[in-house]
Amino acid sequence: MSQARPVTDATFANEVLASTKPILVDFWAEWCGPCRAVGPILDQILAEHGDKIDIVKLNVDENPQTAMTYQITSIPAMKVFQNGEVVKTVIGAKPKPALEADLAAFIA
Amino acid sequence: MRQVIIIGSGPAGYTAAIYVARANLSPLVIASSVEAGGELMNTTDVENFPGFPEGIMGPDLMQRMREQAERFGAEVLLDDVTSLELSGDVKRVTVGSGETFQALAVIFATGSAYRKLGLPDEDRLSGHGVSWCATCDGFFFREKTIAVVGGGDSAMEEATFLTRFATKVYVIHRKDSLRASKIMQERAFNNPKIEFVWNSSVTALNGESNLESVGLIDTVTGETRTLDLDGLFIAIGNDPRTHLVHNQLALTSEGTVEVEGRSSRTSVTGVFAAGDVIDPTYRQAVTAAGSGTVAALDAEHYLSALPASLVASANSSS
Repeated sequence: MSQARPVTDATFANEVLASTKPILVDFWAEWCGPCRAVGPILDQILAEHGDKIDIVKLNVDENPQTAMTYQITSIPAMKVFQNGEVVKTVIGAKPKPALEADLAAFIA
Repeated sequence: MRQVIIIGSGPAGYTAAIYVARANLSPLVIASSVEAGGELMNTTDVENFPGFPEGIMGPDLMQRMREQAERFGAEVLLDDVTSLELSGDVKRVTVGSGETFQALAVIFATGSAYRKLGLPDEDRLSGHGVSWCATCDGFFFREKTIAVVGGGDSAMEEATFLTRFATKVYVIHRKDSLRASKIMQERAFNNPKIEFVWNSSVTALNGESNLESVGLIDTVTGETRTLDLDGLFIAIGNDPRTHLVHNQLALTSEGTVEVEGRSSRTSVTGVFAAGDVIDPTYRQAVTAAGSGTVAALDAEHYLSALPASLVASANSSS
């Protein structure tokens, strides 16, 4: 199964903002239980829909700059970027069918 | 078909699984996809679970319970139950993937869900300053002014935990005394960063894109005021999670699943319930674990009295 790769404050502009393909950034941290629960679900969605959407993860503990820029105050927070803009925000861990419904515009 | 399916993976579900598995009934535990391990997954130190004199982190405790259940043959499925058919000798449990499992007995241990304030802007500002998970979100309120609503143990634990990050933590409570345990109260009273706002209810959540302030009403004088806040953590209690069984199991006036006396037997034969979903009063990890034991023993007893042909059919096929 493919795994969402990590991005950092340093690589965010190149990897995420420059992407023309929709790219979901999973803002997470080690100490956040719901983040650890939703991680494998995002990996599954990437494995199934990687041709339509890219999925990466940003550790907010190690990359506070990007988390602050996007005013993250609750994790897991999942933001879909396209052409440098946030086009969708999902907050909180959800079961796979609910996440797929939230992301329907990108993976349907 | 299975002999026993356990729905839920908190202390009640996993303890039931340990007992059922040790009785060689290889239970299937449907643990949920994103809430596996239950409420303790979002707590820090658990100091009142016997056997851990130094305390144990909630997620570690739940991981150990899971491993203990798996050691004896319990199978844990990380999916969510979407529907249940509980009447008849064979129970049917359908999960998010679409798969349906069958069992002769079901132990229902779905716990409880965070109660909301019920204010108009609550959903809009959730994740934008309004939170239910101090361990997840406290980090984002470094050097900020925040508040916790509630007067129980979880409110005190959250307030104390949040002082690691915030400059100031208000505790907003409807009454002028707390229902939290003495040790938790004292810890909060002695913390210089915590200030109590007594006799107050939150009436409004204000802010454009993020929470900026809350409206308060004094529950004694009726006076209203505004309190500027960067974050609000809601810890006003929980409601039993019964939506899957509303039209199938009898509920009490308090909304919990009704059980017979001190047993775990619900209004439907072969269906047992345990943990917070049957308990409006105590709701501790330890009482939930004890309740899971009761359900496991009741289920074993029930299965042992079933006709041999039925039990054989459960053992023969998957």
